[in-house]
Amino acid sequence: MSYFLLAVLVMTAVTYFTRAVPFLFFAKRQPPSLLGFLQKYLPLVVMVILVFASYKDIDYGAAPFGIPALVAGAATALLHFWKRNVLLSIVGGTALYMALIRVL
Amino acid sequence: MQDTYFRSGRKWHLGREWHLVLPAAFRASIPVLLGYTTLGLAFGLTLVAAGLPWWLSPVMAVFIFAGAAQFMAIGLLQSGAGLLEIALLTLLLNGRHAVYGLSLLGPFRSAGKWKPYLIFGLTDETYGLLTTVKAPPQVDQTKFFAAVTGLNQSYWVIGCTAGSLVGSALTFDTTGLDFALTALFIVLLVEQIRAVKQWEPYLAAALACVIALAVSPRNFLLVALTIATGILALLRGKIEQRDKPRRDESGGAQESTEAGWPDRRGSAGGGA
Repeated sequence: MSYFLLAVLVMTAVTYFTRAVPFLFFAKRQPPSLLGFLQKYLPLVVMVILVFASYKDIDYGAAPFGIPALVAGAATALLHFWKRNVLLSIVGGTALYMALIRVL
Repeated sequence: MQDTYFRSGRKWHLGREWHLVLPAAFRASIPVLLGYTTLGLAFGLTLVAAGLPWWLSPVMAVFIFAGAAQFMAIGLLQSGAGLLEIALLTLLLNGRHAVYGLSLLGPFRSAGKWKPYLIFGLTDETYGLLTTVKAPPQVDQTKFFAAVTGLNQSYWVIGCTAGSLVGSALTFDTTGLDFALTALFIVLLVEQIRAVKQWEPYLAAALACVIALAVSPRNFLLVALTIATGILALLRGKIEQRDKPRRDESGGAQESTEAGWPDRRGSAGGGA
């Protein structure tokens, strides 16, 4: 329990810090241009890595060979490219995954 | 007119002002209401499905108030990640917030006692609202901003709490529900793919994934993010060179929403 609370405390402090950075440091001078560059492209990089991380621990050598996660993941992406409805994509993809792991 | 009408008491005057502020703020926040309650619900359900205690969900919603970071934390807490790793990953993931405040430096300057809370509440969605929506004419802008931020957070807290309570009460087999986390990351990735047309950031991320998997699978996220950030910084010149025309467009769009304040955000991206 104290581990969870400490983790929340750390995340609270770091998140608040990131949001306060402009007010703390850049109220009077221009921020370094690297910061602006990174904030533009880091979200993409972070998402690629997080998606990759979600798939890296699956055992692709044994049945069902990661098929539920791969198929449901592809369906989620296609659904989102098509309808662009966050809730629909997440609910649809997750429901498909829950169905597939019970069938395959 | 207000002065003569309401001079009987300051308290009542304040009450009257909030009475004007809250409906306006509520109308402005309706899109976030839908998004936050449903995403919060998904977060609470996923957190409980991952085997974490239900109360973590409302506690995180009240103190952290950051969607992507909270979702990422589920996996980290589940695997018992170290506090330093949690801190660094939160820093990298929420690093984008470090520039949001730039376009709000001016509007927040006169925010007084509300300023710390307004800064705390600068999520992607709140930032989006505060930089596009205007306070009604007879309403104090700071109070309007505070009301929008407070309402947004209340939607998030309600969603997260409801999600974890419903999740703990569910009696049917929820195996596989934690795929919602993967699905969310895929959705956010699709949103990024729509926006980022250069290939270098994708290369940086893919390369970092492969290297991190080979070097340190245990600290995968941290190693991958550090390597990717490094590669990205190295390729900066190349990326920005081809990025120029598009950046000018977005700079123009920003101006119209921020009348009266220099566009600090656009110039931050401009490599000045």
